[in-house]
Amino acid sequence: MGGIDNTNLALRLEVKNVTKRYPSVVANSDVNLQVAPGEIHAVLGENGAGKSTLMKIIYGAVKPDMGEVLLDGQRRLIRNPKEARALGISMVFQHFSLFETVTVAENIWLGLDQSLTLENVREQTMRKAKIYGLDVEPDRPVHSLSVGERQRVEIVRALLSDPKVLILDEPTSVLTPQAVRKLFVTLRQLAADGCSVLYISHKLDEIRELCSHCTVLRGGKVTGHVDPRNESNASLSRLMIGAEPPKLQHRDVKTGAIGLQAKGLSIIADSPFGATLDNINFEVRAGEIVGIAGVSGNGQQEFLAALSGECTRAPVGSISLFGNDISKRNPRVRRAGGLHFVPEERLGRGAVPTLSLAANTLLSRASDVVGKPPLSWIWPKATATLAEGIIKRFNVKAAGPSAQAKSLSGGNLQKYIVGREISANPKVLIVSQPTWGVDVGAAAQIRGELLKLRDEGCALLVVSEELDELFEVCDRLHVMAKGRLSPSINTADATVEKIGEWMSGLWDSASTGAAHA
Amino acid sequence: MLKLEARPQASKLWGIGSPLLALVITVIIGVAIFMLMGKDPVKGLLVFFWEPVKSGYALSELAVKATPLLLIALGLAVCFRSNVWNIGAEGQFVLGAVTAGGVALLADKSTGPWIIPLILLAGVLGGMLWAGIVALLRDRFNASEILVSLMLVYVAELVLSYMVYGPWKDPNGFNFPQSKNFEKVTQIPKLLDGTRMNVGLLIALFGAVGMWIFMFRTYGGFQLQVGGLAPAAAKYAGFSSRRALWTALLVSGGMAGLAGALEVAGPIGQLTPYVPAGYGFAAIIVAFVGRLNPIGIVFSAILMSMFYIGGELAQSRLGLPKSLTGVFQGLLLFTLLACDTLIAYKIKFSRSAGSQ
Repeated sequence: MGGIDNTNLALRLEVKNVTKRYPSVVANSDVNLQVAPGEIHAVLGENGAGKSTLMKIIYGAVKPDMGEVLLDGQRRLIRNPKEARALGISMVFQHFSLFETVTVAENIWLGLDQSLTLENVREQTMRKAKIYGLDVEPDRPVHSLSVGERQRVEIVRALLSDPKVLILDEPTSVLTPQAVRKLFVTLRQLAADGCSVLYISHKLDEIRELCSHCTVLRGGKVTGHVDPRNESNASLSRLMIGAEPPKLQHRDVKTGAIGLQAKGLSIIADSPFGATLDNINFEVRAGEIVGIAGVSGNGQQEFLAALSGECTRAPVGSISLFGNDISKRNPRVRRAGGLHFVPEERLGRGAVPTLSLAANTLLSRASDVVGKPPLSWIWPKATATLAEGIIKRFNVKAAGPSAQAKSLSGGNLQKYIVGREISANPKVLIVSQPTWGVDVGAAAQIRGELLKLRDEGCALLVVSEELDELFEVCDRLHVMAKGRLSPSINTADATVEKIGEWMSGLWDSASTGAAHA
Repeated sequence: MLKLEARPQASKLWGIGSPLLALVITVIIGVAIFMLMGKDPVKGLLVFFWEPVKSGYALSELAVKATPLLLIALGLAVCFRSNVWNIGAEGQFVLGAVTAGGVALLADKSTGPWIIPLILLAGVLGGMLWAGIVALLRDRFNASEILVSLMLVYVAELVLSYMVYGPWKDPNGFNFPQSKNFEKVTQIPKLLDGTRMNVGLLIALFGAVGMWIFMFRTYGGFQLQVGGLAPAAAKYAGFSSRRALWTALLVSGGMAGLAGALEVAGPIGQLTPYVPAGYGFAAIIVAFVGRLNPIGIVFSAILMSMFYIGGELAQSRLGLPKSLTGVFQGLLLFTLLACDTLIAYKIKFSRSAGSQ
């Protein structure tokens, strides 16, 4: 079934010339999309390409400025998600909307027609779940479910209304590789039953494996309708970013002294939503990049805060920098010892949104530009020169050193922050989610810089949700799950399957088996 | 139909334009108030905006009232920029006045002018003590500094009342609740003969320059600002939020206490229950109208001082209640907050409502 010019063929969903403008950006510009019944259709694009806006238009959550949505050949005015669901369009969001304290069946019941009894809902849920092989236990409270199980609940809920179109927004970003396999089986079965699936993602491998059609968005415009099975990763990413990412070079480097080390690090969570760190042992040596994989929320935040000094609750003697105990030291002292950190939140943590790029150098580079205490004079020229240098060296697109941090795009601000820390010539550098929301070109540049820094003898720790990225840059890998850290494995010996298994916390006893992913 | 549309970036122009527009709207509403009360609005405006500047003496009175406002607002700007919401500067002002007054009362005929620095120091320490209580409670028990600082205003006023009704009551004062007049030697030196302007004005102006330098040119000031703008970034950088809390409160408490000392040892010359004149609260408006910028605050302090004098004149010349001052102050803050919307948003006129 070709989706492009078959006006005679009955289309399930058609989006015609949709345009949506926001004050500073055109999110969708004259976008067309055609989906046949039973088709798994990928919508591919980088963060900010307009995928989410398009889906929200179809789902009735956003009103387009121009254009129309046709369902089964009929023009429909979808004013809100409720109307969309009534018309047979369901959506599974990236962030789940389940109540933790009640059971699966009760959660599903809450979103449904009130005339049904809970028993009815239980029955329907079980039936749907059975048809699609989604093992869901209706009586389990949601808080006891893993992320993959929660997603299955969301999918079952979406399926209860027998949708004609199911939209999934970045469904695999929170899943282990094993859970992704299971999801694909379900989606294929749904498609075989005639349901159209709109699959939003920026992961090329998944799209090539799962989808028969793909609409690529870039900067709010459609840059291609292709069959992803006939495309290569390179050709898809060319459509997505307009260029091919440069290749990275791997080189073997001899490691040196232990830079950063954690010994028996345990910290009890200080909030009900935090993770408790449990006996973490880890070291990173000069000249190597150590990666930490894992689904976020498993203690990465807490671990990094303890390493960076933003949290000083680590027990005495549990964290050392080149042999010196730093567990109770604040970030400035650690920075003076050569430890620099790039946090995952750029605005508000890595940079002050309303301050200029020049002023933002003072967050971590004050020792280079601020005068001697007690006055600690700030020399505006020195900060501007420093910022200027970072902008030039790392190709940051910015109006100049006086541009506000928040005026930069996510990718450019990330380049700036990474550049700020790299150009400090750190001895140990911790980077969290180095390329989150960064376009492919900039991501490659950032990874290249990290490798270069390693070759210069810096000890690097990279925490990322993107397995590909970790495999690409790291020499050794750990996995973090439920507040514990796996032993390390050389990247060369690691496989996606093994890391995926470890993500469920199963590394010390292969005999326990039975991964519930 | 009117529609608000978010600006991609905060407008710099409206950062300055908003207080000016707010002033214009305040004046327009003021005209309406004069008319409603059956007074000639031109006369009313003259009383508020011309009388206070028409002569050298009027200007000196303007400066007298602007001095405490400026001092207190400078300290508050440091606080507000650090995200510390000290709204009890009035209490710190009063306590500064009490401690300074206590030192001034120690003077006798043989005391030299060296007492003046001591009086000012006592005022600063008194204000710092009062703000320090707020910092301590916030630091130790995470008590809201907004509530604590506000409540302490009433405590400070009661402390003052206790002193002037009790231990410090003038024995020759016909039982009036007031201390004896301070010795002449305790008088803050005047700037010009025949006016009430004293060196407090110079201190306040130097304070404005010093505060600008501290906030925008020193690393200490930068740390405070980052703590206010992005607490997570301050944590990331390693700036101590506790230190910021204490610094901000002690600085603003000290400034308010200094203002209190200058006031009792200056224009008032004794302790009375009428020392609290609302400067501490008005200074909150001064700080915001001045965009929390020391230079802007100099101008907004002058403006607020005009309202004070205008209110007094409106009472004597037009027979209007003195509370008109408070009405104008409130209107200005109110309209300013409304006009500040324009910094982050622009107004769009759309012809048809509803449809696309």
